[in-house]
Amino acid sequence: MNMKLSPDLLSDALAGKKARLGATGVNLFYGDFQALRNITLEIPECAITAIIGPSGCGKSSFLRLFNRMNDLITGARVEGQVELDGINIYDKSIDVVELRKRVGMVFQKPNPFPLSVFENVAYGPRRHGRHNRGELEEIVEKSLRQAALWDEVKDKLGQSALALSGGQQQRLCIARVLAVEPEVILMDEPCSALDPVATLKIEDLMRSLAENYTIIIVTHNMQQAARVSDMAAFLMMEGDRAGVLVEYGPTSDIFTNPKDKRTEDYITGRFG
Amino acid sequence: MEIRTTFHKKLREIQDEVLVMGSMAEKALMYSVKALKERDLELAQRVVTDDLKVNKKRFEIEEKCIQLIATQQPMASDLRTIISALNIVGEVERIGDHAEGTAKIVLMIGDEPPLKPLIDIPRMMEKTVDMLHRSLDTFVKGDADTARKIVTEDDEVDNLYDQVFRELLTFMAEDPRTITRATRLIWVAHNLERSADRVTNICERVVYMVTGKMEEIGASRY
Repeated sequence: MNMKLSPDLLSDALAGKKARLGATGVNLFYGDFQALRNITLEIPECAITAIIGPSGCGKSSFLRLFNRMNDLITGARVEGQVELDGINIYDKSIDVVELRKRVGMVFQKPNPFPLSVFENVAYGPRRHGRHNRGELEEIVEKSLRQAALWDEVKDKLGQSALALSGGQQQRLCIARVLAVEPEVILMDEPCSALDPVATLKIEDLMRSLAENYTIIIVTHNMQQAARVSDMAAFLMMEGDRAGVLVEYGPTSDIFTNPKDKRTEDYITGRFG
Repeated sequence: MEIRTTFHKKLREIQDEVLVMGSMAEKALMYSVKALKERDLELAQRVVTDDLKVNKKRFEIEEKCIQLIATQQPMASDLRTIISALNIVGEVERIGDHAEGTAKIVLMIGDEPPLKPLIDIPRMMEKTVDMLHRSLDTFVKGDADTARKIVTEDDEVDNLYDQVFRELLTFMAEDPRTITRATRLIWVAHNLERSADRVTNICERVVYMVTGKMEEIGASRY
């Protein structure tokens, strides 16, 4: 299915946005199992794109294409082209560590390192060669502020990150991603382990981050996709064939007037 | 496999209740004109009293729609159905008000001698009731094509209104003593003309529900 960004595809609110990420004719295999099928789609810059669909349909596999996390799975093989700013990220010349700095990722369960709040955020910049204490302090404060966590942790930067609440830990993980100044943030079910208030805080944070970052979120929670995203893609399984892209378009269209009956049936709970 | 059976059952209940409310408004239209024709003041009074029931029904349906939105987060066609129901009950309630207006005119006329035998006004009523009935059918069946067709039928009601207006104008020009009675009949005809216009609004909502597109299908001449 071909879903390149075009004026027809974008809503008025996203008019003029360029593609930051793109997949062209992508097939993904785990050994003999095909997880994604001939997917062509472009992700707009500085916007939130949600990937929705039933369990096992290939949402997370699709997300992990963009920072080559699938490479870590034995037997994973990608066909087709996956691009960041027009450059094929599966090309041999690509430095995967550098790629993952540009394309950060937030996971389902908050996974802070067993270090202090400060060290969690400073860890990435240090790995990328920033050692000056003053500079690191600046980066940590800036990242924590961007992640809307600074006011809550500024007096306990030396304390263990594991002592923070789940919602704070997840925002810390977002700060940790922001500290290495990525361009794209991938979020895989970032709120599924959080309570409703923490969830709304993360969603609010995502909206403010979307002004400067390109975000892709995988979520099982359709209300969350509806609340937070600008664009939405619906993936499904057809029989035992996973990874079929059914529909992609502005979130407002997908959730009020989807074009494909299969999308309609899924979001109205007529199948699942 | 249907997953949200409870939710979809509640949605169907709302559709059924809209039909019940529609038949209340249909009866109000029929009885108000019957009361006018037969000078049945008791029947006219009943239409006035029963209008409160129509209003109450509207609030009940609205409450159910709000409950479903708040608790079930409906999406896509389900959301459009609920939003359309909210709009449609507003229109039906106003049709009830137009019928009540006619009934009040009947009470006002009292036992004054009739100006002329009523022919076109009952026709307007029959056409409007028929359009209302079928428009609510299209809502339940999700039939946008028929809804669009019903909108075009509003011209018939408009033409009858023209006819009534011209005829009564002649009466008034010939004999100024008929002005009060003729004006009241024009009000009745106007109530029916407005009711038919509201049916076209219902049809537009049905088209939205089915297609997801807001369309102005046909503008009434009045």
